[in-house]
Amino acid sequence: MNQLKYTKTHEWVRNDNLTVAVGITNHAQELLGDLVFIELPLIGKAVKKGDSVAVVESVKAASDVYAPISGTITEVNTALAENPALLNQDPYGSGWIMKLSMSNPEELNSLLQEEDYNLSIEEH
Amino acid sequence: MPFIPHTDLETKEMLKEVNASSIDELFAEIPRALRAKDFNLPLGLNEMTMQKTAEQLAAKNKNLVCFLGAGSYEHHIPAAVWDIASRGEWMTAYTPYQAEASQGTLQLLYEFQTMMAELTGMEVANASMYDGATALAEAVLMSIRLQKNLPNPKKIIVPATLNPLYKATLNTLLSPLNIEIFTLDFAQKTGTIDINSLPDNKEGYSTLIISQPNFFGCIEKVNELTDWAHANQMLVIGCVNPTSLGLLTPPGKWGKKGADIVCGEGQPLGIFMASGGPYFGFLTTKLAYVRQMPGRIIGRTVDKNGKQGFTLTLQAREQHIRREKANSNICTNQGLLVTAATVYLSLLGPEGLKNVALAAHQNTMALVNKLAAIPGVSIPFKTPVFHEVVLTLPKSSKEVLNKLLERNILGGYPLDADYPLFKNSILVCATEMRTQEEIERYSLTLESILTTDKNNMLKEKTWN
Repeated sequence: MNQLKYTKTHEWVRNDNLTVAVGITNHAQELLGDLVFIELPLIGKAVKKGDSVAVVESVKAASDVYAPISGTITEVNTALAENPALLNQDPYGSGWIMKLSMSNPEELNSLLQEEDYNLSIEEH
Repeated sequence: MPFIPHTDLETKEMLKEVNASSIDELFAEIPRALRAKDFNLPLGLNEMTMQKTAEQLAAKNKNLVCFLGAGSYEHHIPAAVWDIASRGEWMTAYTPYQAEASQGTLQLLYEFQTMMAELTGMEVANASMYDGATALAEAVLMSIRLQKNLPNPKKIIVPATLNPLYKATLNTLLSPLNIEIFTLDFAQKTGTIDINSLPDNKEGYSTLIISQPNFFGCIEKVNELTDWAHANQMLVIGCVNPTSLGLLTPPGKWGKKGADIVCGEGQPLGIFMASGGPYFGFLTTKLAYVRQMPGRIIGRTVDKNGKQGFTLTLQAREQHIRREKANSNICTNQGLLVTAATVYLSLLGPEGLKNVALAAHQNTMALVNKLAAIPGVSIPFKTPVFHEVVLTLPKSSKEVLNKLLERNILGGYPLDADYPLFKNSILVCATEMRTQEEIERYSLTLESILTTDKNNMLKEKTWN
C-alpha cells in the first residue's frame, strides 16, 4: 500500500501533499459486511481530528467514520452514493470516502503504521 | 415473593455508580407533588365483589352528547373494526421479536404504511408513533437531523395555532436538547397565520410546523406557507388531522414542492376517545429522507423462492443497532391501535373517508349556524373550517360549559387558559355522529342558559 497510515477506529489515510484521502480499512469493511448506504460529509466543512464525519451502513450495522486528521473537506466520493459496494470491493482504491486539506499536518505523526494497525486488530 | 428484582446491595451499587446517595436523591428532579405518596394498596377482592365495585363505578359514567373535539374526535367505528382487531392473532402492541416469523402482522403494518403514505401524499410511512404530539416532536428532531448542515438547525418556528397540548409536549421533549422555539402569532381576524407578517429568515430557522386544520379548526394557507418556508431554506412539517385529508389537499401537494415530513394523531381512524388514550401517531416523509425517519419500517420483498414476503427494513436507524446514535428511542409502538386503524381505513376506503369528513364538516356548519344565531353568540374568525369552530359567548365560557354539562351536553373546549384574549370563547365540533336532533338540543339548551342568565342579570340589576 502506498504509504497508508491508520487509526485504531479503522480509517486509513493517504498523504498526497497537504491533501489526504481517507477511507475505511479492509478489516472494517469485512466486519460490516455488504454496505448499502454511505452518508458523505459536506464539501467545505471544517473538521477536527476525531469528529464523526460520515456514516457507513451495511445490512447488519451502521458505523461512524471519524476524521483521522483535522482539516477541511475538499472532495467526497460521490460514486459511493450510487454504488456503496465499491467500498467492499476496493476499500483502498475506488472505495475512498473523502479528501481533506490538512490544517495540522503534524497530526500525521500520531497515526499508526501498517504493522501497528495490524497488531491492533489482532488484539481484538 | 418480592416482585422487585434488585437486592438492597445491588441498589446500593447502582446508586454509587451514578453518584447518588439515595433513591430520593436520584429522583430529586421529579417535583415532590408528582411522586407517589405511598404504595399501600387495599387487599385483593374476589371476582364477585370486584364486579359489583366495577358496576358501581361504571354507573357514575354520564351519557353525554359530545360536541368536544380539540384533538380527540368521536367518530363512528364500524363494529367489524374491533371485532377483527380483537382477534388473538392481532392482540399485541409489539412488532414481534423475530418479526419475520409473523408475516401477517408485518403485512398489516405494510398496508397501514401504504395507506398513510397515500392519504398524506408522501412516499414513505413508518409503522406508527406513540401519539400525535410525540410524533410531532419526533418530526422536529428528524427535521433538525436533516438540516444539520445549517449553522444552527436547532431553531424552529411553531405557530400559535398549534394544539396547546402539542406545544407542551414539544417543550417537554425539545427544551432539554436546547431547541429554540419561535412562536408565530396568528391574525386576530382570521385565526390563521398571517402570511403578510412572516419573518425573514435572518435567524436561520430550520423548520416550520404547519397545523392543518389548525387548533381553531381553521384552514391555513398551506401552499403559501410551504413555498415561503422552502424559499427560506426551511423544511416543512405538516401536522394534520387524518380524517380531514378525505377532503383537503394532502400535504405532499402543498405548494410547489410539498411538505417534507407529515405527522398527526391517528385516533380519529377507528380508535375510541377513551380517557384521552392510548392513541397512536403517524409519520410520513419523502423517500430521500427515509434514513432519518424514527420508528419501525416494514418493507415488501421476495424470499429465496421468489415469493412475496414482508420484513423489517432500514433497521440501521434503530437503537438495537445504532445504540445511542439511533434516530429515536421509539421501538414498541401502538400496534393494536394501528391494526384497528388499518381495518377502519380498509372498510371505509377513500370514498368512505371523504363521506365521513364531509358529514363532519356539514354537521359542524349546521351547528355553528344555529348557535351563532343566538343573541350574543358570535364567530370571531371569518375563515373556512374543517369540523371545528371558535364561538365567542356573551359570558364566561367555563360557566356556560358547566351548565351545559348539567344537562348532559359536552359543549366544547374553553380557550381562555391557552389563549387569554379569548376568555369567553369555546371550540365546538360536530362529527358525523351528531344528529340534527342533538344539534337542535344543544342550540335550544344554550339559548335557554344564556337567556335565563340574562333575565337573572336583569333581575339582579333591578334588585340592586
